[in-house]
Amino acid sequence: MNRQALGYVLFAVFLAAIPMLGIYPIFAMKIMCYALFACAFNLLLGFTGLLSFGHAAFLGSAAYASGHAIKVWGFSPELGILYGVAIAGLLGVVMGALAIRRSGIYFAMITMALSQMVYFFFLQAKFTGGEDGLQGVPRGTLFGLIDLKSDLNLYYLVMTIFVLGYFIIWRTVHSPFGQVLKAIRENEPRAISLGYDVERFKLLAFVLSALLAGLAGSTKMLIFVSATLSDATWQMSGLVILMTLIGGLGTLVGPVLGAFIVVLLENKVGDFGAAVAKLTGVEWFQRLGESVTIVIGLIFVICVLAFRRGVVGEVNAWLEKRKAVSTQA
Amino acid sequence: MKLRTLSASLMLAGFGLVSQSALANISDDVIRIGFITDMASVYSDIDGPGGIEAARMAIADAGGAINGKKIELIFADHQNKADVAAAKAREWFDQQKIDMLIGGTNSGVNLALAGIAAEKKKVFMAIGAAASDLTGSQCTPYTVHWAYDTVALARGTGSAVVKAGGKSWYFLTADYAFGHALERDTANVVKAAGGEIKGQVRAPLNSSDFSSFLLQAQSSKAQILGLANAGGDTINSIKAANEFGIGKTMKLAGLLIFINDIHSLGLNVTQGMQFTDGWYWDQNDETRAWSAKFEAKVKRKPSMIQAGDYSAVSFYLNAVKATGSDDGDTVMKWMKSNKVNDMFAKNGYVREDGRMIHDMFLMEVKKPSESKGPWDYYKQIAVLPGESVFTTLAESTCKLIKK
Amino acid sequence: MITIFGIPLQAFLGQLLLGLVNGSFYAILSLGLAVIFGLLNVINFAHGALYMFGAFLAWMGMSYFGLNYWVMLALAPVIVGLFGILIEKFLLKHLYKLDHLYGLLLTFGITLLMEGLFRSFYGVSGQPYSTPEALRGATNLGFMVLPNYRAWVVVASVVVCLLTWFVIERTRLGALLRAGTENPKLVEAFGVNVPLMITLTYAFGVALAGFAGVLAAPILQISPLMGSNLIVVVFAVVVIGGMGSILGAIVTGLGLGVIEGLTKVFWPEASSTVVFIIMAIVLLLRPAGLFGKEK
Repeated sequence: MNRQALGYVLFAVFLAAIPMLGIYPIFAMKIMCYALFACAFNLLLGFTGLLSFGHAAFLGSAAYASGHAIKVWGFSPELGILYGVAIAGLLGVVMGALAIRRSGIYFAMITMALSQMVYFFFLQAKFTGGEDGLQGVPRGTLFGLIDLKSDLNLYYLVMTIFVLGYFIIWRTVHSPFGQVLKAIRENEPRAISLGYDVERFKLLAFVLSALLAGLAGSTKMLIFVSATLSDATWQMSGLVILMTLIGGLGTLVGPVLGAFIVVLLENKVGDFGAAVAKLTGVEWFQRLGESVTIVIGLIFVICVLAFRRGVVGEVNAWLEKRKAVSTQA
Repeated sequence: MKLRTLSASLMLAGFGLVSQSALANISDDVIRIGFITDMASVYSDIDGPGGIEAARMAIADAGGAINGKKIELIFADHQNKADVAAAKAREWFDQQKIDMLIGGTNSGVNLALAGIAAEKKKVFMAIGAAASDLTGSQCTPYTVHWAYDTVALARGTGSAVVKAGGKSWYFLTADYAFGHALERDTANVVKAAGGEIKGQVRAPLNSSDFSSFLLQAQSSKAQILGLANAGGDTINSIKAANEFGIGKTMKLAGLLIFINDIHSLGLNVTQGMQFTDGWYWDQNDETRAWSAKFEAKVKRKPSMIQAGDYSAVSFYLNAVKATGSDDGDTVMKWMKSNKVNDMFAKNGYVREDGRMIHDMFLMEVKKPSESKGPWDYYKQIAVLPGESVFTTLAESTCKLIKK
Repeated sequence: MITIFGIPLQAFLGQLLLGLVNGSFYAILSLGLAVIFGLLNVINFAHGALYMFGAFLAWMGMSYFGLNYWVMLALAPVIVGLFGILIEKFLLKHLYKLDHLYGLLLTFGITLLMEGLFRSFYGVSGQPYSTPEALRGATNLGFMVLPNYRAWVVVASVVVCLLTWFVIERTRLGALLRAGTENPKLVEAFGVNVPLMITLTYAFGVALAGFAGVLAAPILQISPLMGSNLIVVVFAVVVIGGMGSILGAIVTGLGLGVIEGLTKVFWPEASSTVVFIIMAIVLLLRPAGLFGKEK
């Protein structure tokens, strides 16, 4: 336990030092938001065993809600974020109540269809600005004291939010509630036979996941001072699944790493493609950069076939094996 | 969770992040221009890679460098997504230190970019977009709107069609900033000329099937079907309208037509259509010469936007040369005090609100018999003087205009 | 002028007919999904991408080889089916022992791959494809002018759907298929090559998608994204109809196409969401779907 705490403290220090290291703060903030999103998603999939294919609905609705609240109603950033989270949570209750009626694949398809409905609502609604998106949301001053227009100030706010969100998930997983969730994932009939109101637990997990995903959405909105349709598309839902898969389902750190890898990928595929194009002289590789989708699709396929435990999962398994071997010897 | 796993993750993260920052070269000895446009979707033909090429031609014609400082062009595909464009622009301003941002097609994207450029106090040239709001309610001290806008199109086409007898209108509109602006501005012109708006239907951007919308248009019994869309959407609506025989009961008014659309649809389907354009390759010797150079590179004749790209970049580079600076405010001041005289516009000028005023033209699509070959599609019907066809200063909703 | 609920009869009937056309696509696609899900218990997310592949094949056949529409109508589904065999044999097969979710994720990854590849080569604006000579022109039905091609789409889809239903429900092959769904081990014990049956079923399901793609080529833009726009609605259709039910998929597909068409008349803004609203309602009242059996 102490080693773990030390690890976390070191990481927190590293996070705090990022602006000093010359790393582009917007990039780091973007990763943290997606990491929080992936962690929230993992709470549902990795720990409760429910695959939601519509999590983008929470990311998007929180972004639009808080954006609207801040830009049009003049909310301060902290209230705006809270409002966004609340809306995401409400949506989570409604979607969860409908989806939980079925399980497994059906659950996934229902969440996908429902989130598509949410997407179309955003497409049509006046306040979202449709294809143009909600633009130019003022970042405002936090608690009336800290000016968030400065990327540096915003960075520390986002970092705090990320650490807080992660802590909430960590605490949930390591609590009796979390244990019941794991039990449901392992063997639902047995959990029912033990007397647990499984439906209620699933719904609670769903709403908690939605709330945290909403937190990620509102925060992302503040970074980019906009909320657009891409936040609510099924491609975004797919992306968060990929992040969790690559990083490691059912691990705490996995989604964070997965988010980092995927965002880095998105940024770097272009450069990679250009480099390979120069190397091979094949012009087409230049265009590879424009198609992050191909790379993501490929990674998805490879991950599902051969790499299901994700990076952190594989590392953990390898370390376990090493320990087993060393204790045997 | 193991400390080792955590530290391994940390190392990976650190490596990745640092490598990211290593790519951010800080260079103020380069004049860097960023160009964001639609490279592969609905609007990729009218601007897209061709527009990039036009910008490159302008840089080459300026000698590739100004006062020893090299001119560089970077570009990206916004995929018609405002957030993709905005994130890219922000990164370019913060990390790549671009000095000027060009907005290609898509009005929604351009509006987002204008906001960011204003925040960073750098010049933003909107070339491919049409929304008049760029120099209206959403004007900034750093936005220059170059080739055309919805008001000019509406006043040109709208009044011409109404004058010819098309009094009742129904709009098929692309559901985003541009479509709404075009519909609004044209509706105003029609109503002012005594016409009537029977209704409108909003189709999502990039719709593939317009059949349902067209049927609704037909049942409105309006004389004119106004197509408040552009690019692939316009091509598809015209094709579908043909399929459903809409032309038998309504006349189609394309509110924004590019030569690429006519090329794609063919003269049989489009002959006789009248619309407003800002430039045509076959207008005079200068335009023909430049277009030949463009065609040699891109294998097709340039559209108004691509010509506009060339013109705008040249004008900007002239400003940098004349003022010896790439500071946003200095360059803007020069641009607003000097005339534009090139193959794109004669005696054009940039107004206080950022609007580049120049003459527009009423064009008509030739009959197949009148055309001598590919790309020979238009005949010029009238010249529309810039002052009369763009929003006047008195009408402007821009906060920069002192009234 | 006769009106129904305040809308002119002409517009009403016209949208109804257009809805039927769209419904035909929903029917064929959800049929393919239902067939695949019935036997393999896999949600084939790649169905949309394979539909797109079919459309592109039609275009490629025309542009590169000069093969006309009718040839491609027969050839494209075969090619898509062969491609499906490859997917099943080399990729899907490995996942049957695992949680069914992985099948969904794999096919999702395949979708991204295919769309990305096509997008990279052909861009998103789409390729033009003209209606075949024989089906050009339109018929004036009095209340609307219906392009002949669209009438053909309805006819072709209904015929194919009914044929499929007949084969599955009324022939020995279909009986074997259905038995394989219930109890694969027992069927295998009877000497039937179940793995082969599974592979061929998947191939058939995606061939249906390819067929729908060729049908769609003259009407819609042949664009790499045409599948993804459609697939989620088709999923909703399958959920409403009840998964694994052949007849349910056909009837629901056609019915929902019509309902969507009508919604475009009365409440255009809701036309894209009406299918999902219905899905939510059905889920509340009949979780197994209208025609489905609780699995």
